[in-house]
Amino acid sequence: MLTAEDKKLIQQIWGKLGGAEEEIGAETLWRMFHAYPPTKTYFPHFDLSQGSDQIRGHGKKVVTALGTAIKNMDNLSQALSELSNLHAYNLRVDPPCFSLQFLAQCLQVVLATRLGKEYSPEVHSAVDKFMSAVAAVLAEKYR
Amino acid sequence: MVHWSAEEKQLIAGVWGKVNVEECGAEALARLLIVYPWTQRFFSNFGNLSSPTAITGNPKVRAHGKKVLTSFGDAIKNLDNLKVTYSKLSELHCDKLHVDPENFRLLGDILIIVLAAHFTKDFTPACQATWQKLVGVVAHALAHKYH
Repeated sequence: MLTAEDKKLIQQIWGKLGGAEEEIGAETLWRMFHAYPPTKTYFPHFDLSQGSDQIRGHGKKVVTALGTAIKNMDNLSQALSELSNLHAYNLRVDPPCFSLQFLAQCLQVVLATRLGKEYSPEVHSAVDKFMSAVAAVLAEKYR
Repeated sequence: MVHWSAEEKQLIAGVWGKVNVEECGAEALARLLIVYPWTQRFFSNFGNLSSPTAITGNPKVRAHGKKVLTSFGDAIKNLDNLKVTYSKLSELHCDKLHVDPENFRLLGDILIIVLAAHFTKDFTPACQATWQKLVGVVAHALAHKYH
């Protein structure tokens, strides 16, 4: 369960990254494709070369959606409802306990490389919990 | 047998050469206990684990973290012979410690984040990919003797 402190830490951390959504998103996706090649199977229609417009565009989309989630942490289910439908019925990404977990790991790595020591155990814990909560909401409608 | 390219071996050695095993080990174990509090169940005799500050400062956590990462160093020296190298450790984790192998994956991912925070930009995507492979292989070797 996200505590008040967790939410504060997440908002603070997100505030520090201001404006870099596209870069962070693109790097997260690139790392994910590199470290977990099976995740590429969801993007057969993409140009998956480094720095491709599609990776940049999609990365920005993903991180922007996370930003929306962060603004609505008290009501994730409703805030992510459309995305939840999309992932469950259209995209049918492997249940979030698998593939979205790789995205979460790579996002954390990107944040850690940018924030260094500031990516403290408390921040790490809060972000990990948040990403689990997001994955759980996205999985709500799978079956 | 897992195949390691020359580049992968380089990426592993390059990072490992700069790691302070004591600090990094302590950090990784502390984060495991903080981020996934249920793992504290394996360390009930470690004393005060009541808060992130307590965990980070706990001398038993630090010492054990160093032990764990030192052992990881053994894995790196024996990449072509991991299952044998970790045979006894695997039996220990199964028969005496009763640790669910899922926890090895959790610790591996945490180690990667610790490395990322430490090396920042230098922890490139290629670096991460190689190290994710490494922690996966180590976790697998540790789970190998489970029955």
